[in-house]
Amino acid sequence: MSATHTSLTMYEKLWQNHLVEDVKDETPLLFVDRHLIHEVTSPQAFANLRFHNRPVRHPKRTIATMDHNISTRSIKIDAAGEGAANQLRALEKNCKDFGIELFGMGHKNQGIAHVMGPELGLTLPGTIIVCGDSHTATHGAFGALAFGIGTSEVEHVFATQTLRQNKAKTMKIEVKGHVGNGISAKDIILAIIGKTGSAGATGYVVEYCGEAIEALSMEERMTVCNMSIEFGAKAGLVAPDQTTFDYVEGKEYAPKGDVFEQAVSDWKQLKSDDDAVFDSVLTLEAKDIKAQVTWGTNPGQVISIDGCVPSPDSFNDPIEKESCVNALAYMDLTAGTKITDIHVNKVFIGSCTNSRIEDLRAAAGVVENYTAKGQSVQASVDAIVVPGSYRVKAQAENEGLDKIFSDAGFEWRLPGCSMCLGMNDDVLEAGDRCASTSNRNFEGRQGRGSRTHLVSPEMAAAAAITGHFVDLNS
Amino acid sequence: MEKFTTHTGLVVPLDIANVDTDQIIPKQFLQKTERVGFGVHLFHDSRYLDHSGKEPNPEFILNVPAYQGASILLARENFGCGSSREHAPWALEEYGFKAVIAPSFADIFYGNCINIGLLPIKLSEDEIEQLFAQADGAKLNLTVDLPNSNVSFTNAKGEQIIFNFSLSKFQKYSLENGVDSVGWTLGKLEKIEAFEAKMPTWQ
Repeated sequence: MSATHTSLTMYEKLWQNHLVEDVKDETPLLFVDRHLIHEVTSPQAFANLRFHNRPVRHPKRTIATMDHNISTRSIKIDAAGEGAANQLRALEKNCKDFGIELFGMGHKNQGIAHVMGPELGLTLPGTIIVCGDSHTATHGAFGALAFGIGTSEVEHVFATQTLRQNKAKTMKIEVKGHVGNGISAKDIILAIIGKTGSAGATGYVVEYCGEAIEALSMEERMTVCNMSIEFGAKAGLVAPDQTTFDYVEGKEYAPKGDVFEQAVSDWKQLKSDDDAVFDSVLTLEAKDIKAQVTWGTNPGQVISIDGCVPSPDSFNDPIEKESCVNALAYMDLTAGTKITDIHVNKVFIGSCTNSRIEDLRAAAGVVENYTAKGQSVQASVDAIVVPGSYRVKAQAENEGLDKIFSDAGFEWRLPGCSMCLGMNDDVLEAGDRCASTSNRNFEGRQGRGSRTHLVSPEMAAAAAITGHFVDLNS
Repeated sequence: MEKFTTHTGLVVPLDIANVDTDQIIPKQFLQKTERVGFGVHLFHDSRYLDHSGKEPNPEFILNVPAYQGASILLARENFGCGSSREHAPWALEEYGFKAVIAPSFADIFYGNCINIGLLPIKLSEDEIEQLFAQADGAKLNLTVDLPNSNVSFTNAKGEQIIFNFSLSKFQKYSLENGVDSVGWTLGKLEKIEAFEAKMPTWQ
């Protein structure tokens, strides 16, 4: 450290470590370590490279997967329709032409970009990771600066391995103490978003900290960071610690031996300095967090399982009041209805938020409790389980989780983004009401006129079997 | 990217907060490998009564006859939130919008607009309210002056009103000159190579 040492946040350290150039009157230029791509947001970027006759600067720093619009019923490229097949074939050709490694249909490493990257060790602390997908914030769980980008930026990264970024403000979100039994990472992040509102961190990079965050596994931290974008944050970060290093060590693409030791020594320097100053600070008490269910059409419209659908009159802000009126109309809900009285006819367990092995174990655990009592998925409910990757699928099958789900009446599908955004045929019909472990409850997100309630895997599993939301801790 | 200097056009007011990019361009229209063909699907679920987009919803503001030909979209807070899809600004641009005015934008959407030459303009809540009042009944023709970073119009009393907005110097320069940002950065290759030479092995 220099004599003029100033305290820095983790974000500021990551920024400094990647700054290629910061000159007057230009947007600062940052180096990008890892670029994840998929079929939907990359074709136009490749087309522009061809138009300008430009190569991909570092093909090995880019990894491609097929995830967004693939079928979850068949590994055939054509199974998800003509438009999807065109994009998937374009990705195959683009990766071949530009020398990029692709995990295509049925490859053992194929999976949702934000599930695949971490489990292969492509996601490392202290790196900058980008992807043409807003849930790239997931990788911040490792202490990587990770954020979603548009297709013009995908092209910029391809050609230069850098990005121009203005510096964001910093926000610390501390979750003090420990959560109660049965409270998941999804409940923590939904409770945070409920507190900030859906745009509460626009312009900020958020660092999650506190005992409740430190106690989380890597997969749970990924769930928390994944939804950073849902309250507007550019990125979410968790300081890397022994949990992180243990997770990364031995992964296929992670550094090995002495290089790994050197990396860990560098990664230990990343955490925010004790006296670092954040532009904004939010503190929550973990013990106050209950299981969460969204009732509206943005992730900030969320309430605890023991609560009721709110009335527009309970909001002072005129815009929030009007948003509540619109959301209740779209969701076909009446103010005052108990959350546990809301019935669903569809259940989706999956997405980059909640499709990892620990999520599936948690959901299967709830299912087993019900099946032990002779209960299975309600006849009125269609429930699907979509693992996040082929590795997750194989692990789950190894543990017999697929059988627990299937025997209880869930459909066990092939990996993909699936019903989170419904680009394939996993789409809800108008009027369907879905308990979903995904990340967005926007109008029409899972199908025009359909209604989404965001919940944890445990809550989704219970809703499939009982047909309504359940307070599993009561 | 086309250069942007000044533009005068009709303002259409979209009086909804938190408009996400799924609403701007729903997922079923993202399966193209080209950069064109999105404008017709802009705001599909609100704009059309049917799935195939043949029956316009007469109540949606873009379908109101008086607003046809509008080239400036006036919106509410947190416009463009959600998915990073650049297809959203592509759709807005192809429909004919040159600028979007709102009190706040989601970060990724804002950057995507700059990168394609669609001007995102942030104004204060109070200024936005004045514009909404003025835009009702398709009466607001607004001039956007990028070099001077302001928008101007004549109000009902015949007074000239000017609101200033800000944009970073580089973003402004890029928009005014239609800069090829990739080409610009490739001009800095030596700097990038120097950075790469100093990186630790694990990185």
